[in-house]
Amino acid sequence: MIDFTSINASIESYLQSVLPAQVATLVECALIAVCAIAAYLVFAIVMIYMERKVCAAFQCRIGPDRVGFLGLLQVFADVFKMLIKEIIDIKDSDRALYTLAPFLVVMSSLITFSCLPFDNGLQVLDFNIGVFFIMAASSFGVLGILLAGWSSNNKFSMIGAIRSGGQMISYELSMSLCILTLVVLSGTMRVSEIVEMQREGWFIVRGHIPAIIAFLIYLIAGNAETNRAPFDLPEAESELTAGFHTEYSGMGFGLFYVAEFMNLFIIAGIATTLFLGGWTPLYIPGLDGFNAAMEWIPGIVWFLGKVFFVIWLLMWVRWTFPRLRIDQVLVLEWKYLVPIGLLNLLIMTVCVVMGWTL
Amino acid sequence: MDYVLLFTMIIASAAFVALVMIITRWISPRTFNRNKAETYECGIPTQGNTWIHFRTGYYLFAILFLMFDIEAIFLFPWATIVQELGFKALVGILFFLSFLILGLAYAWRKKALEWK
Repeated sequence: MIDFTSINASIESYLQSVLPAQVATLVECALIAVCAIAAYLVFAIVMIYMERKVCAAFQCRIGPDRVGFLGLLQVFADVFKMLIKEIIDIKDSDRALYTLAPFLVVMSSLITFSCLPFDNGLQVLDFNIGVFFIMAASSFGVLGILLAGWSSNNKFSMIGAIRSGGQMISYELSMSLCILTLVVLSGTMRVSEIVEMQREGWFIVRGHIPAIIAFLIYLIAGNAETNRAPFDLPEAESELTAGFHTEYSGMGFGLFYVAEFMNLFIIAGIATTLFLGGWTPLYIPGLDGFNAAMEWIPGIVWFLGKVFFVIWLLMWVRWTFPRLRIDQVLVLEWKYLVPIGLLNLLIMTVCVVMGWTL
Repeated sequence: MDYVLLFTMIIASAAFVALVMIITRWISPRTFNRNKAETYECGIPTQGNTWIHFRTGYYLFAILFLMFDIEAIFLFPWATIVQELGFKALVGILFFLSFLILGLAYAWRKKALEWK
């Protein structure tokens, strides 16, 4: 099995031996950042291709299949097309905020992305306040969306942005309640420790009923956080043109698009880490041969497999349900998900205190 | 080391966005046209100001959100030590959560959760 901790250590010791200490640290940081951004872009491209193919399958179409084998180069073609599109400077915008908005959105999703544990040791940021930091970093993105809508000086963008603000801050509550429920079960906030604790049974199994409820609420709230159908009011194209990014052209729009797709990846990644055991293999007590066989599959394959399974579930939801109205969205959150989430937190606490977990 | 990495990631992600924007400005065509810079709404000149007051519905939810988000901040440290505290943790949090649920019930009763 590949162990990324030892690979990291060997690269670090090699750099320390060749360069002076401070320069080595600097080079290391730069290498890590470049790798993280490269991984971010690769996953964005994979996700856009997957979204198109899955959407096509749900609608009985073929999807992209002309550019490259099975249409694999379609996304690259689109990215290059977007790069050479003209950037239009609109007349009445608030220029400073208009330029700042994509920075906030992409930075928040990139920093959250670097908190995901891909494998043992393959994680950029591993704080002792891990999941709390993830919540903080991901809630940053809503600021960028609000700024984008406000600064464009376009009524559709403005409506899209305040809708998005109302929706995203509301659903963040359910997300943090679900994460809290899991922190009660695990007793730690460090992401790597949370994953390590799931070696002998994933939390969705060990926490049984409250964990399953939390998982379902988390998926609903996560879907709303990423502004995807059935919660895609902020960019409801039939009413609002394109919502908060109507006035962005070329790569300005492209960055919002990439960040939106990566937010879906991040939601699925956090769901995998907290509920489905991260990179730990499937473990069934008593079946030693089976467990040993599962150990042979590398952790990164487990992690990505689970993540893409969750993404596929969310895409299925997206292409199945019609869009809600804004009042329905807020009622669903405040009258159903928040009370259920609070109750679920209490149930989980009782289970943990009484020792009723598996 | 963790915090050095955090700063690296912040700077690197900002640099990434800046780089993409610079490259696209550099290689994309630029033609000036006054009509292009118009607000993209319906094709006719835009009417009135966009930056006006908007409905209070959003504002009420934002205040409620603030209340519950602060609550989540208080709950995170508690959640990490539930297993050590045992039964005391449950009693302590019952008081805390009952106040919050009362607050939510009050907002519900006052019809702050209805969309007007």
